[in-house]
Amino acid sequence: MIRVHLPAHLRTIAHIDGEVELDLDGPVTQRAVLDALEARYPVLCGTIREHGTGKRRTFVRFFACEQDLSHQEPDAPLPAPVASGAEPFLVMGAMAGG
Amino acid sequence: MSGVRVLVGTRKGAFVLTSDERRTDWAVSGPHFPGWEIYHVKGSPADPDRIFASQSTSWFGQLIQRSDDGGKTWQPVGNEFAYDGVPGTHQWYDGTPHPWEFARVWHLEPSLTDPDLVYAGVEDAALFRSNDAGASWQELPGLRGHGSGPQWQPGAGGMCLHTVIQDPRDPNRLIIAISAAGAFRTEDGGKTWQPINHGLRSGQIPDPDAEVGHCVHHIARHPQRPDVLFMQKHWDVMRSDDGGGNWYEISGDLPTDFGFVIDVHAHEPDTVYVVPIKSDEHHFPPEGRLRVYRSRTGGSEWEPLTAGLPQENCYVNVLRDAMAVDSLESCGIYFGTTGGQVYASADSGDTWAPIVRDLPAVLSVEVQTLP
Repeated sequence: MIRVHLPAHLRTIAHIDGEVELDLDGPVTQRAVLDALEARYPVLCGTIREHGTGKRRTFVRFFACEQDLSHQEPDAPLPAPVASGAEPFLVMGAMAGG
Repeated sequence: MSGVRVLVGTRKGAFVLTSDERRTDWAVSGPHFPGWEIYHVKGSPADPDRIFASQSTSWFGQLIQRSDDGGKTWQPVGNEFAYDGVPGTHQWYDGTPHPWEFARVWHLEPSLTDPDLVYAGVEDAALFRSNDAGASWQELPGLRGHGSGPQWQPGAGGMCLHTVIQDPRDPNRLIIAISAAGAFRTEDGGKTWQPINHGLRSGQIPDPDAEVGHCVHHIARHPQRPDVLFMQKHWDVMRSDDGGGNWYEISGDLPTDFGFVIDVHAHEPDTVYVVPIKSDEHHFPPEGRLRVYRSRTGGSEWEPLTAGLPQENCYVNVLRDAMAVDSLESCGIYFGTTGGQVYASADSGDTWAPIVRDLPAVLSVEVQTLP
């Protein structure tokens, strides 16, 4: 079971209360987590990753286990505590408010 | 009992203001989508309970929301705006080529007759159409493919397609405007387009009379006289009597011919409204006095409307989509400001009063006249 923590705006539009829990088959990677997240909540398509290219949006960052995972390859394995569900995968809005 | 529903898009959410036909007491609902920029909210003329809203942030991009119950509840619909084919480049601010990149939807224009058909004018400038009430979007690529696309350049607010005008006589005839490329017209539902900028003159571009490159801020049309168009340009208020084929200036005795909004009275096709702004460098009313100017002669002669509007220390702007008219017997006029006020007049502009005065900066105002 993978835990995903989303920023408030995305929880609101997807009607999510608290963390999302996802069950994945196969390697636990950034791409696999986000694919599963978007499959369950299609409204999130385009809000974290760009349509078409699948690139992380400029002002969105990924963190887990006190590490910045934003620039890791999408198919790189996520840290073991994320894969085990001990730690959440954090999707954050960058500090660029207004 | 008839009434009106005013749809307000702001920098931090959408608001729905409702009143009966007297338009003196208002109910305010919102913010809907709090914290998001709502560039435009507009209802379907074919089904007034169906309303579309354009919602975006820099972080999470673009969403399109739809309400089927008059703005009480909303659901996100399709948000994928993919340019047709290889997008190519347009000019950047410095004159160099820049790839076409989707940023946001500036304007939603529901069909006059089909509640499932809606157009979206987007930044970087292109026109999209949905035939399924917003579930999916397809570009009408003939516009960017017209040939002048690589020469289009952004205005200060981006290269946005902000005006979509339908012809009540023929759904295949559309007029659009882009900042800062100009106005274009199609006669075949968007397959082919022609620039309609003859007569516009812009001193800020190398050839002041160029076919494209003019910074059109907004265009308005009266439904009963579709061949007459009124335009607020970066500088100059313009009029066309032949559907955009030729334009001539009607700025007349305005204190300044810079501004963003322009609209036409619901029952008097020669009564036109603008809100002059001091200059393109200042973007606030001359002398700090907020005045709507009205012409009852189709332009050139203008009278200031001040009753109920702040006449000192007012330094707000009124953006291009932030004025609208209702179609009640005594025509109502509405506009919103970057200071968060929405002003209304129930007597064609003679007197004004704020409906609300402390919203986030207003980006758009639309009105639905309800049976």
